[in-house]
Amino acid sequence: MEEWLPAIWIGLLGVAVTLYVLMDGFDLGLGILFPLARDRVERDQMMSSVAPFWDGNETWLVLGGGGLWVAFPKAYAIIMPALYIPVIVMLLALILRGVSFEFRVVSENRAWDFTFFFGSLVATFAQGLILGGLIQGVVVRDGAFAGGPFDWFNAFTLCCALGLIAGYGLLGVTWIMLKTEGPVRDRMRALAVPLLAAVMVFVALVSLWTPLTVSRIAERWFAWPNIGMLWPLPILTAGLAFLVLRAIWADGRFLPFFGTMGIFLFCFLGLAVSTWPFIVPPPGDGPGGVTVMEAASSPETQLFLLVGALALIPVNLAYTAFNYWTFRGRVRPGDTYH
Amino acid sequence: MDWQLDGLILARVQFAFTIAFHIIFPAFTIGTSAFVATLEGYALATGSERHRYLARYWTKVFAVSFAMGVVSGIVLSYQFGTNWSRYSEVVGNVIGPAIGYEVLTAFFLEAGFLGIMLFGWQRVPRSVHFAASILVALGTAISAFWILSANSWMQYPAGYEMKDGIAYPTDWWAIIINPTFPWRFAHMLTAAYITTALVVTAVGARFILRNRHLDDAHTMLRMGLGLLMVLAPLQLFIGDRHGLNTQEYQPAKIAAIEAHWPAEAVAPLILFAIPDMEAEENRYEIALPNLASLILTHEWNGTVTGLKAFAPVDRPPVGPVFYSFRIMVGLGLFMIALAYWGGYAWLRGRLFSADRFLFVAANSWPLGFIAILAGWMVTEIGRQPWVATGILRTSEAASPVLAAQVGASLALFVLVYAIIFAAGIFYMNRLLNKGPERGSATEHGVPHRPLSGAGGGRAEPSTQARV
Repeated sequence: MEEWLPAIWIGLLGVAVTLYVLMDGFDLGLGILFPLARDRVERDQMMSSVAPFWDGNETWLVLGGGGLWVAFPKAYAIIMPALYIPVIVMLLALILRGVSFEFRVVSENRAWDFTFFFGSLVATFAQGLILGGLIQGVVVRDGAFAGGPFDWFNAFTLCCALGLIAGYGLLGVTWIMLKTEGPVRDRMRALAVPLLAAVMVFVALVSLWTPLTVSRIAERWFAWPNIGMLWPLPILTAGLAFLVLRAIWADGRFLPFFGTMGIFLFCFLGLAVSTWPFIVPPPGDGPGGVTVMEAASSPETQLFLLVGALALIPVNLAYTAFNYWTFRGRVRPGDTYH
Repeated sequence: MDWQLDGLILARVQFAFTIAFHIIFPAFTIGTSAFVATLEGYALATGSERHRYLARYWTKVFAVSFAMGVVSGIVLSYQFGTNWSRYSEVVGNVIGPAIGYEVLTAFFLEAGFLGIMLFGWQRVPRSVHFAASILVALGTAISAFWILSANSWMQYPAGYEMKDGIAYPTDWWAIIINPTFPWRFAHMLTAAYITTALVVTAVGARFILRNRHLDDAHTMLRMGLGLLMVLAPLQLFIGDRHGLNTQEYQPAKIAAIEAHWPAEAVAPLILFAIPDMEAEENRYEIALPNLASLILTHEWNGTVTGLKAFAPVDRPPVGPVFYSFRIMVGLGLFMIALAYWGGYAWLRGRLFSADRFLFVAANSWPLGFIAILAGWMVTEIGRQPWVATGILRTSEAASPVLAAQVGASLALFVLVYAIIFAAGIFYMNRLLNKGPERGSATEHGVPHRPLSGAGGGRAEPSTQARV
């Protein structure tokens, strides 16, 4: 049992982070698209489509951060100082956009429309840098972060950040296609194909970049017998992208959104394949790195919270489903829930 | 290593600033959500439309405060790692699960039903809405349970063992329900309800003085004051118990609270002094003999352990603890006086015309917040020099990051928080001044109001498309 606990926990944490990315991804993406709405009615319509959900979506981020601390304190204690600046910038940006939800309603001041957009964009950019900074690895000495304050900033992490902006943008567009109707939906739909193309370019770029620069990752993917088992993953991703493309052309409602989620999911699996068994990978082919096993908290700790997590996550998903069900249906121009 | 020292001070200032900012909002939303649920329950039971409108009115204020609490709270769950990575590593095994359970039992509960509470007035039956408000209120209280459990463990760790400098759990029950937890939890929860009661009382008094929304104002004043009359004296009792508990488990903190220097002696109650840590004595002391002994030991000649019983490196900074405590207790006593001043007017049937009382009550809304901040300063500065008592010193808990990073992020936090604090308080005050809205949706020119908890409009459910 004890040797399985860290594996279960990294899986659970992966689920939490994935759910966060998928769910907050669409409302952050909607924020990035916000300036493209033409007038107050359209902005309010976009806002109404996410207002009952954003707080729940962001709770997965707290579970991700909290879960990393509880289950892998050594990794948490390395990753947070290593990615100090993007983490702080993300938090500040999330604050600005979070309060904008309420502030823009109680005041007529357009400044809060801007902070909603700006906060969403910066938070996404920072999350992309965090993702890239983690994939490229962290300098660790004696179990503590030993790199520089700007290690997370280079062409690769920038590429990840731009890719994430495109990805959240696509989630936002497809969410708007799912949840709204009228002119705003048509205008946003026109962006879906370019965004999908951008996402696939960035996915391909990151997927080639990592094995070309890190032989550990190249071996993982291309050495026999791995390649025999792993080749369907990129093929499935491309196939799904094609399905999403056709659904966008056909003006589908559900498939563009859930198909985009699927693309995100496959990318996540790909990253997991590249990174395992590290939770903090070493930089390039250098020494170091911290594995999932090494970073794990005590088995008692992992077990104690696991019991609660297995019992409560389904309950929490049920609340979430009930909430989405209560606010089902498309938001029309001028609609409110009041 | 100079940079480490500077970085440490900046990290401490940053944590103190971000957590002090944060606590204001949950302290208020714990009480407001319970108040909204109470109003709705009353409206359901009696069919009173006034209570239902009042519930909606307070939900708008709650929405703004809740959003500010959520976003400033996310910061904290990451700040343990960014600025206090050694702390996270040393105690993570033991108190990490409290944070995990807070997310799983409280945050998801709140988030799951917040949408319905804020936006579901016309979407779900009244009973379901009432249930959602109760669950949100319950979520806020559960959140307080876990975070106070974790904090209390840092004050007096229990149920653990140390191996290679890392704490490992041995007894979860002892960790969660640790010795200083029950009274601290009761004290904080009561403080949160008192804070809301003071704000509700103040808003009621404000409207009566301005001769507006009188029926609503009377209801608010009666409910706020009634709660205050029960809770303010109860808090004195709980605070006394919490103090005795602190004396048992954290005698150094009590010594700092009382600025009591002798290792073991009868303690006077010091009303004012300037404690001098170098000279190990108080200057300009004004004291009432034996009174602190009476309070702490419940005996006239009981002796109290003083600061000199602890090595200088193990003493908390005396001044801030000493002064914060006096601010907290002073405000608490004022709240009791205010409650009974109002109660006396009420008894004589003159509550709504007691202008002098109403004026003081209308301006007393910030007192709960100030008392809470002062109380937290007592308990957190009083825990120093330890971050987890006996296990890890604050000076050894920080992250290996540059002081410049901590300083720059601190500056950004101050900037952003100053903007949203000013805006948030301004908007909440404006919402409160507007008073409860009544009438049909069209009267308020609704349909184009966006979906937000703070929005006042309503539309018919029939305009909503269904899947």
